[in-house]
Amino acid sequence: MKRPAPNAIIGGALIGTLLAVAATGALWTPYEPLKLSFREKLVAPNAAHWLGTDEFGRDVLSRLMAGAATSVWISLLTVTLAVLLGTLIGLISGYTRGWTDRIIMAFNDALLAFPGILLALGLLAVVGANKYGIILALGIAYTPSVARVVRGTVLSLREREFIAASRVMGNSEAFTMARHILPNCIAPLTVLATSMFGYVLLAESALSFLGLGVPPPAPTWGNMLAGSRPYIGQAMWLGIFPGLCISLTLLGINLLGDALRDKLDPRMRGAR
Amino acid sequence: MTTSALLDVAGLTLRIGEAGRTVVDDVSFQVFPGEIVGIVGESGSGKTLAARAVMGFIPPAVRLVGGAIRFDGQDVMAMSGKDLRAIRGSKVGMVFQEPMTSLNPSMLIGRQLDEGLALHRKLDAAARRALILDMLRRVGLKDPEGALESYPHQFSGGMRQRIMLASVMLLKPALLLADEPTTALDAVVQRDVMELMVGLTQENGTAVLLISHDLGMVARYCSRIVVMCQGEVVEQGRSEDLLARPQHPYTRKLLSAMPHRLPARDLPPAKTPIVSVRDLVIEYPGRQGFFRKSTPKRALHGISIDVQPGEVVAVVGGSGSGKTTLGQSIAGLVKPASGTIVFDGKPIAKGEAGYWDYRLNCQMVFQDPYSSLDPRMTIGELVAEPLRLVRDMAPTAKAARVAEVLAEVGLGDGFAARYPHELSGGQRQRVAIARAVVRRPSFVIADEPVSALDVTVRAQVLDLFDELQKKHGFSCLFISHDLGVVEQVADRVVVMQDGRIVEEGPRDAIFDAPQHAYTQKLLSAVPGLESTGEGGVRLFWRRAGNDASIVS
Repeated sequence: MKRPAPNAIIGGALIGTLLAVAATGALWTPYEPLKLSFREKLVAPNAAHWLGTDEFGRDVLSRLMAGAATSVWISLLTVTLAVLLGTLIGLISGYTRGWTDRIIMAFNDALLAFPGILLALGLLAVVGANKYGIILALGIAYTPSVARVVRGTVLSLREREFIAASRVMGNSEAFTMARHILPNCIAPLTVLATSMFGYVLLAESALSFLGLGVPPPAPTWGNMLAGSRPYIGQAMWLGIFPGLCISLTLLGINLLGDALRDKLDPRMRGAR
Repeated sequence: MTTSALLDVAGLTLRIGEAGRTVVDDVSFQVFPGEIVGIVGESGSGKTLAARAVMGFIPPAVRLVGGAIRFDGQDVMAMSGKDLRAIRGSKVGMVFQEPMTSLNPSMLIGRQLDEGLALHRKLDAAARRALILDMLRRVGLKDPEGALESYPHQFSGGMRQRIMLASVMLLKPALLLADEPTTALDAVVQRDVMELMVGLTQENGTAVLLISHDLGMVARYCSRIVVMCQGEVVEQGRSEDLLARPQHPYTRKLLSAMPHRLPARDLPPAKTPIVSVRDLVIEYPGRQGFFRKSTPKRALHGISIDVQPGEVVAVVGGSGSGKTTLGQSIAGLVKPASGTIVFDGKPIAKGEAGYWDYRLNCQMVFQDPYSSLDPRMTIGELVAEPLRLVRDMAPTAKAARVAEVLAEVGLGDGFAARYPHELSGGQRQRVAIARAVVRRPSFVIADEPVSALDVTVRAQVLDLFDELQKKHGFSCLFISHDLGVVEQVADRVVVMQDGRIVEEGPRDAIFDAPQHAYTQKLLSAVPGLESTGEGGVRLFWRRAGNDASIVS
């Protein structure tokens, strides 16, 4: 058994911690994340409140832990939704080509022309700002880029000789797509999905920052970051810790994504 | 020779990394002014690295361990970057293998040609332009003024290689390094470009170091040959001596790997042809945009061809002749615009009664072993895949068949669990052949199956193919541009040009008494071989009498 790559170790450790924190946060937190305590507002980090308290005296650590569960859940579902939808559209578009492809892609490109966040804002106005509204809105907003990547990959794959070989063998188009094209799309999809996880986490934070995210008082990293803005001078721990959580998560996700891609690609196996 | 050597490479040793593999080991050779010297070797023999070292182009990972390179009396290794740049281009020119990528696609030809001249010669713009036009005319461009204002993509591969040659020869270098200059070109074009290169360099007294895997071509143009194998020079000497009396076993192996004609086979008299094509027309749709539609391009103009059971029919022709399209349409990959394809007496359209019989019994081997195998599947999975569609075959029987076929193609032990990227090109092509024959088909289409392989590997794969064909008796449509290979494998030869069959007949008739001018031209572009006993060969040029008319 060879030693895993350093990026897999660091990324794995970061994401492992995140998942552990998110799971714990869903069940137990040191303090009640929503409990107000006006006597203890804006307390600097100390032994009782490790990461300090916010303007309503709520424990920042508890809120971060509870927020981790919400943020991770939203990002995970959003990415899954976008990847499933985008892969389906991309596969159909790239494999059929012709007019189907042209129409789908024209629509897709029109969607791509809107900044993701703007599209999500518009959709949120329709579906309503709650957890599942955000997932749906962001999922749809990120679908076009997945569809683009998958279509491009499929277009280049379908010209390769092993696709012709599969046809000559007598395999049906659906089998060829499932057995030969889809598995070869996994590497670019993994990379895209991991980086998208980061974007979605950021987008969710940005939506919260704009007041269209998960409605307060429920904590998410985004609305904690947003809420810290007026107090940046007096209590910088309010902004620093959620920001740090977001950055470390993104770092972990990206490292893990790289490692995963190498692992999934047989060509990279055993290479050094 | 009394003159001193123009290029003197002595004991050159290159190594990868600190303690890594030695890629060029104690290589010594000399090139005298005006001489053409060939370095022959297969991929990985270090021939390209050795030649590039002459210009000081060594990749960063490669380290010079020992030896000296003297060009015109100066030590290249000791030169500063500035001195090196001064000799590159002006005294040593280089022509690369791939004409499609060696010219900058976003620069006008005129500007590209001007670049070197402006850098190395103190001439004004008008004088440079006159020189360039003169050179373009010399390399055979019909409209030199127009070419100056054109981009590389407007020219074919052969034309680009001529332009590349023009840009190098403009500076009249003392030495030209030509790294596989014609490998990417068609046989006929190959010969024209080589003749041009030799003509141009002789005019200017330029010495040439020709690097190639093609022993026949090297032997034809070079006065001396250096044979390299795994980083070492195994033999060097005058061309005729080396061919007639090869000393080193590797040289003998290279010579025996060159395709040779086998006695014609007796085939059973014709029954129902296994494949019968009548008046086949294939059209590729033109580019379609939202608002425009250009006219379709006709790739095949009414082809008729029969393949008898057990027969190997070779289809030869240059690129664009439609030979690949013919193979693909018989394989069912391209839909015909009109005409019929009948397999074993039955039509092959989907839904017809004969469709599954055809689909299971007609298989294909593709040209590029790097792209014809799904990179995410193991060798075992790849070879087993065609059996998925065979009914009435137990899983154990399928596994046994896969093991049997893998053993047949010489990939018996432990290969089944490997992935394609872990295999060499020759091994991959064996996998592709195994995949094609695993269902025991009655007809196999082989589209340039050996053109991506090294000479000795090519010979092995051809032998394997021949052996399998004899053992299982499948008919074969063998598509190739390489007449040498065709001469070895084919029973019957079909010559194609521009989507039409120009000549067809038994192999011996085509090779010995070609009727059509295009067949004659194709034949004159490849050397024939005669054994001289003692393991050596003598090269001869077919249709030498017609040479003059072809060149001019």
